Amino acid sequence: MADSLVYLYAVGDAALGESLPPGLTGVDGAPVRVIVEGRLGAVVSTVDPVHFDEETLQGNLEDLTWLAETARAHHALVEAVWRHEPVAPLRLATVYLDDDNIHSLLRQRGAAFTAVLDRIRGRREWGIKAFAHGSEDVDADQSADSNLGPGAAYLLRKRMARERGARAQQDVQEAVADLHRALSAAAAASHLYPPQAPQLSGRREPMVLNAAYLVEESEATTFTNAVQTWHSPHVHHELTGPWVPYSFAMLEES
Amino acid sequence: MTSGGLPVPGRARQPADHRQQSTNLADILERVLDKGIVIAGDIRVNLLDIELLTIKIRLLIASVDKAREIGIDWWEHDPTLSSGQRDLAEENRRLRERIGELETGRPAQRDSEDASPHEPVGARERKTRSDG
Repeated sequence: MADSLVYLYAVGDAALGESLPPGLTGVDGAPVRVIVEGRLGAVVSTVDPVHFDEETLQGNLEDLTWLAETARAHHALVEAVWRHEPVAPLRLATVYLDDDNIHSLLRQRGAAFTAVLDRIRGRREWGIKAFAHGSEDVDADQSADSNLGPGAAYLLRKRMARERGARAQQDVQEAVADLHRALSAAAAASHLYPPQAPQLSGRREPMVLNAAYLVEESEATTFTNAVQTWHSPHVHHELTGPWVPYSFAMLEES
Repeated sequence: MTSGGLPVPGRARQPADHRQQSTNLADILERVLDKGIVIAGDIRVNLLDIELLTIKIRLLIASVDKAREIGIDWWEHDPTLSSGQRDLAEENRRLRERIGELETGRPAQRDSEDASPHEPVGARERKTRSDG
């Protein structure tokens, strides 16, 4: 087993080598350093195989406490680095055997990394979650069926409730489409996530939009204004961010 | 593990009530586990979709005091409002299977799968990622 491993957080310009302030720490509290190769710099820290070799890491990832701490540390470091240089974040727990392998990675995938950096430089990601308003109770239309027998009245009520449900659903869909259109107009790109289940979102109302928008830093106010001024009786929405553009840091297929 | 003066974005901006914290962590996990650049490092782990979702569920359950009381079948009642949520039904089906496995100890029927005990269901389909 190797004595140490190298955890890769993010890739940016070679300038990271100079601009990164000392004292930053990453997962496991390990000090962070930069590996420079050509025009690129990799933000890494040396980590202990005791936590990051294959077998242990797989187990750790299933350990919620470890996972939460590590995810926060990874995220906090990426944010801190971004304040000095734009960087493309790597997925959590991308680990290499040694510095040499990171040098080769930067050499081999240099063009792809550069393309990602060009896409996200000067831009931030904003998250929007929209939730459908709960539908009201449907006992209102009882008067309409006073001349009908109880069976027919029951069926009529059922049908009306169903129609109301379908209409409400359509209203929600239209509102979501309109919100997405309005925000996309102020964004350079967007990415739609699957909506989170209620237990994960912590909300009773169903999530109907879970989106990320890539926005020029200079357009941030325009975007947040668009978020604040948009209203609908059918859904309400929440803003998170700005984030480092995780959702737009995908390598193109080569 | 708390790292000196490192700020934790989001935390400062949002009121520190319990739900916000969990949601916030969920947002972070959604990004750091599933977004960003995906490259297979030298250390290979199976951190693919299905496990990510399982982890999310566990996160949730751990964050709720009486997990049993909420029932482990909440996804049965998950409202699928928009057509965009169709995937959720499939996702939920796979999650149910996965949780069933986790609860009964370990892999149910994996005979045809290869040796790794952690190989997640669906790993194969996901190989199309920008994995290098």
